[in-house]
Formats: sequence, C-alpha cells, structure tokens
Amino acid sequence: MASLNKRSNSAAGRTFAWLDRRLGLAKPLTEAAQHPTPERSASWWYVFGSAATVLLILQVVTGILLALVYSPSAGEAWGSLQFLNHNVTLGWLLRAIHGWGSDFMVAIVLIHMVQVFLFGAYKFPRELTWIIGVFLLLLTLGMAFTGQVLRFDQDAYWGLGIGASIISRVPWIGGPLVHMMLGGPIIGGQTLSRFFALHVFVIPGILLALVGLHVWMVLRLGINEWPMPGRIVSKATYEHEYHELTENSGVPFVPDAAWKDAVFAAAIMLSVLACALYFGPFGPTGQPDPTIIQTAPKPDFAFLWIYAVLAYLPPELETPFIFIAPIVVIGGMLLLPLVAGEGEKHWKRRPIAVLMVGIIAVTLAIFTQLGTYTPWSPIMEAWSGEAIPVAYLQQRSPLERQGALVLQNKQCRNCHALGGVGGMRGPALDSLATRMTEDQIIRQVLQGGGNMPAYGKALSPAETRALVSFLMTLREKNLAPAVDASRSLTHAGAMRVPAKSDVVRTP
Amino acid sequence: MSTPHDPGAQLQPEGTTEATTAAAAKDALHTRRAFLFKLSLYLNGAVGAVLAVPIFGYILGPAFRKSASYNSWVSLGTVSEFPEGETRLADYRNPVTMVSDGATGNAACWVRHIEGKRFQVFAINCAHLGCPVRWFAQSRLFLCPCHGGAYYEDGSRASGPPERGLFEYEYKLVGNHLMIQAGAMPTPATEACAKKPKPLIQIESPSSAAPAQEAEAAERSSSWPA
Ligand code: FES
Repeated sequence: MASLNKRSNSAAGRTFAWLDRRLGLAKPLTEAAQHPTPERSASWWYVFGSAATVLLILQVVTGILLALVYSPSAGEAWGSLQFLNHNVTLGWLLRAIHGWGSDFMVAIVLIHMVQVFLFGAYKFPRELTWIIGVFLLLLTLGMAFTGQVLRFDQDAYWGLGIGASIISRVPWIGGPLVHMMLGGPIIGGQTLSRFFALHVFVIPGILLALVGLHVWMVLRLGINEWPMPGRIVSKATYEHEYHELTENSGVPFVPDAAWKDAVFAAAIMLSVLACALYFGPFGPTGQPDPTIIQTAPKPDFAFLWIYAVLAYLPPELETPFIFIAPIVVIGGMLLLPLVAGEGEKHWKRRPIAVLMVGIIAVTLAIFTQLGTYTPWSPIMEAWSGEAIPVAYLQQRSPLERQGALVLQNKQCRNCHALGGVGGMRGPALDSLATRMTEDQIIRQVLQGGGNMPAYGKALSPAETRALVSFLMTLREKNLAPAVDASRSLTHAGAMRVPAKSDVVRTP
Repeated sequence: MSTPHDPGAQLQPEGTTEATTAAAAKDALHTRRAFLFKLSLYLNGAVGAVLAVPIFGYILGPAFRKSASYNSWVSLGTVSEFPEGETRLADYRNPVTMVSDGATGNAACWVRHIEGKRFQVFAINCAHLGCPVRWFAQSRLFLCPCHGGAYYEDGSRASGPPERGLFEYEYKLVGNHLMIQAGAMPTPATEACAKKPKPLIQIESPSSAAPAQEAEAAERSSSWPA
C-alpha cells in the first residue's frame, strides 16, 4: 500500500487510482496473484498448466488474424489458404504459428494431465478440477480436428468422409447423424460452415469458459502440494493439513513460483515460433475435389494413432470398438477422482498408476509411429515405379523372368516388397520360397487367404505358372526351398523314416 | 460492504410504530416481488421452450431428411464411353449443390460395363471408412489407400478392414445414356442403392451374399489347410 501511495503522486498513479476506485480489481487480483503456494510446488513440474493457457491465448490471437483473410466457403477456402501462404505478408508464418501452436497445445495439455495424474493432484478436494480438465482435453482435441477440417484440402475432405463413415455406424440414427454432421447429403459448403462455426465460436467459447473455471478452482483450492510417500489424503483432515502447510511454508505464487511458469511459457512460445519458421505451415495439400482420387489421405499428428488402430482392428470388432472404447476411456477418466479421491498421492506408492501411464504412452507412441509410415497401405505406384532388383533376375530361365514380369504387371509389389522396396501390406517376398512350398504358393496366389485377395480370376494358367516359377527362385542366400515333408512319403507309397535326401527336394 | 453513512441505519431511531408498519409493508412487498420473480422464471422457461423449437429444428434440419430424398437420376455419359469388359472412372456433378460447394459438389464413381446392358456402378468411397478406392485393371482389384482394403471387380470384399463390398448405385439406360441414382454421399447408413436391404452392421457372410457370390466367396476364402 505504501508503494501505491507513493505512486499516487505521479500522473500514472493518479490514473491508476481513478480506475481502481471504479473497477475495484487491484486488491482481489493482487491477492490471487500472491496466494500462498506450498514451497516445494514452486517447481518446474508445475509449469504445464500455465503454458497451456498461454498457448490458448496465442491460438486465439493468431486465429483471429487468420480469420481476417480466410474464406469459410467450400469453393474458396483452399484458394484463400494459398493466398495466405503466398500473397499475404507473413500470412504463411501466421498459419505456421497457428498450426504448430495447435500441435504444441495438444502435447502440453497431455503432459499436464500426466503430471497431475502422477502427482495425485486429482484427489480430494480437486476432483472437479480434474473432471473439467478432462473436458478441456476433449475440447482441445476438438479444436485440433475442426482446425484440420478448416484447412480444406484433400486430407480434410477425406478426413470428413472418415468421420462421417464412423458416425454412420451408430445404430439406428447413423444416417440422420451423418447428414447433421455434414449439414446436407454431401461434404460441401454447408459442412465447412458448420465446422467453421464450431472451430471459431462454439468450441473456443466453451473452452475459454471452462479454462476460467479451471483456473478459478486452482486459486480457490490452492496448488497441489508436493506429494510425499506416506502422506495420505483423507477428506476429514486434508483441508486442515493443506492450510497448515501453506501457512507455515507457503510462498506467494507471484513471484516465487510464477517466474518458472513465465520462463517455461516463453520457451514454449519460442519453440512454436522456431518450428513455424523452420518447418513452415501445414499444407494445404491438394484441392478438395473428390474426383481427384490419386490421394492417400492422412490425419494430423494428434490423430495418427486412431488411424493406425482403425487399420489393425479386425473388421467384426471395429464397430463395437469405436463406440465402446471412447465411452470406457472418457468415462474412466471422469470417474477416476470420484473412485480414487483419497489415499496415497506419491507415484512410488501407486505402481499401477505408473504402469498404466507407461503402457498408454508406449501404445500411443507405437500407433502414432505406425501411422507415420502406414505399413498397411498398399503403395499404389510401386508396381509401375519400382524395378525388380537386378540380382533377382540374374541366372534365371526365360520362364522365371516372364514370371518376374507377371509379378510386376499384376501389381504384386503394391503390397509386397522386393529388395526392401514396395508395399508392406503383405510379407516381403525376398525369401518366400524358403517359407512356402510350391503348392502352398499356388494356392495362396489363386485362392487368397489371410489378408490377400484371390488372383484366380486375374491370372491365366500360363501367367500363374510363370509367376510361381519366379517366386520359387526367391530364396535368400540360396537356401533350399521349402518342401512338403509328407510328399515324398506319399510318393514312395510306404511309411519309412525320411532319409536325408527327402528333406531337400530336387526338381 | 457497509459504509459509515448507511441510510438504513439513520432511519432506525425514528419512532417504533412507524418502523414496524414500514417493515411490515416492506415484507409484503418482498413476498410479492419474490412471487413475481418466480413467475418470471417460469415465463422465461416457457419462452425458452418455444425458442428451442426453431433452434433445434434449424440445427437438426438436415437430419430429418431421408437419404433417398436427396437422390435423383444423373447422367454419366453415353454407353460408348464405357467399353464392355472394362471398369472406368466417371465424374458427375452432384444433383444437390450450392454455389459455395465449389469442387466438392463434383463426384466420381467406378463404372463396370459387364456386357450388353449389364453394368455395375460403384461408389469411390471405400465401404470401410470412405476413402477413395482405385481400380487396378491388371490385377482386377479395387485398392483403398487408407487402410488397405481390397475389393474384387464385382465390388465384393476381397480383404482388409472393410466388412462388406463396395457401395453400388442404382443405374438405368435411357436411350444411349447411362444414368445413376445419386445424391447423398454413400456411407453404411446412407447408401445410395435403395434396392438392397441395409443392415447397419453387415459382416460378410455366405448367407447375406447372393447365391452366385456365395459360391465365389466360398471358393476364395477357403482357409489354409493346417
Ligand atoms: S477406408 Fe478403405 S480400408 Fe479403411
């Protein structure tokens, strides 16, 4: 107060006093800023929440700036993004900052959540803070998805198609839901308008309101104390203990803890800027014209893992999975603080919690990694673009070479690699003949099975013969080809102990 | 927030009778206002309910229309553009479009001319999650770039995540023109072809396929001898 009096002499001080007489905000804001924080919580581990908030502000500001130029019309959106990229001064940089800001925000919100979980901060009395946090995560992901739609390119178009196809599987009301999501019968102008309204008005509105509530509750309930093994949370005593802790060893949040938040937030903003400058904006990729089918649509980073999961689920499990799994996961996160609101906070005493985080993180990382190179997708141009390695053609009979041509012409390489080049949908063929007998190969080619279509109708008998004879030469390190052990027995017409010569069949 | 010059505090000492009557009158006023406030809440509740009708009607509008109501006959061109025995990509403009749709109002489909007047017209949208499938004439397969779904030339499922065959459009020949019934983007729930029964979750099984396809399916999917 003394400093306030001193300042009130100057012109600035007088203006401040005039304003505060009317606003009355100086006192509550100072109190909030200086609320006592447990000393050990003034830690680098507690900086993620504020960084997420700062990123949100960055997204709001850059988003408004982009909206100055962006045209939310299906016919013009793609062009307006090109205009932003190439014609508007620094438009590319703002798009890049907004895009990278989004990726960073998803990452920081997730890290924040993991930290809160591992530090037991969701326990009494902060259950509702966690529950609101779960909704903030969902809203952040909602922003990421709708934002990807506004980048109205091929990926966005087919991403919407994937979304519509998923929704269409909702029992009974799938059809109406699809039309409601798209705003009409097709992905078009109405669809983009709907997602624009969601991305610009609806979700940010709810997001900002919930962030306000989230921060208010942090101030009201105090920042989580540093967990100690053996310090048990109990509803009867916790508030009293926390009060005592902050009374005895509390430090004012500003400046004692806040400087770390500020430094981290600055570092994050600089990282966003650095990524934006170095990598540039995301897309837009090709035009959203559904008659251009030469495309391999892919979702943004945050959703790659879902893309991968959808490729690996067995068909009959898929529909139940896509509807039950989210309910279980989100329901579990929402119920967590209500079920485990008391007890140990320290991670050392919660092995299952730590294990769960580890498993989930590794799973997400693996699926995301798979999503970056999509081994399940056929490589559509491999058959016409990648030659057969020369080594596989040397010292081969004319028939075998003819077979190599058949292999190439029938697009086998789209799914099967040779010499490390080609699709990864099916197994690589380099040592095929050491794994499968001739009969097995013929059967597999003609009838399909497992994940392979049948080629019986696409191959003439001559083509089949040539193809199989080439495939039989594919034995790495010239190993002996696989043989059917029972064959020699049936040929011999009598049961006897197979001699050595039976193991390697000579043609 | 009491200030030293509270006007209420000054009124107090002036005669007790006046004070009690004033208090009683104030009480009566208060209950009346409380009642009126409650009433106003109900009133606003009713207004809200009335307003909800246009609001939800507006948002849900597209949901109330049947998929088939968007469909109409569209020409894909003359039959001569689709040689017999071949499968070709055909473009058309969706029958329901707006100015703001731009290129998204275009659509493509695969036309398979079997022979004579027999055709099959497939949606490009994969029956799995809607990605655009591509035709490979040499291996006689449709392949999907997204999760690797594959279909045979007759549109039936070959392998991969799709649990059914490609979506088919209804077609007819008008004079020399090939027409299809199109309009709504096909998904499992908004399939274009109205002829087939549409179970919501259709898992390829011999009983659901046509007899001819059944035999084919059995021949193809016979599993490996152990
Ligand atoms: S969308 Fe075609 S396989 Fe998934």
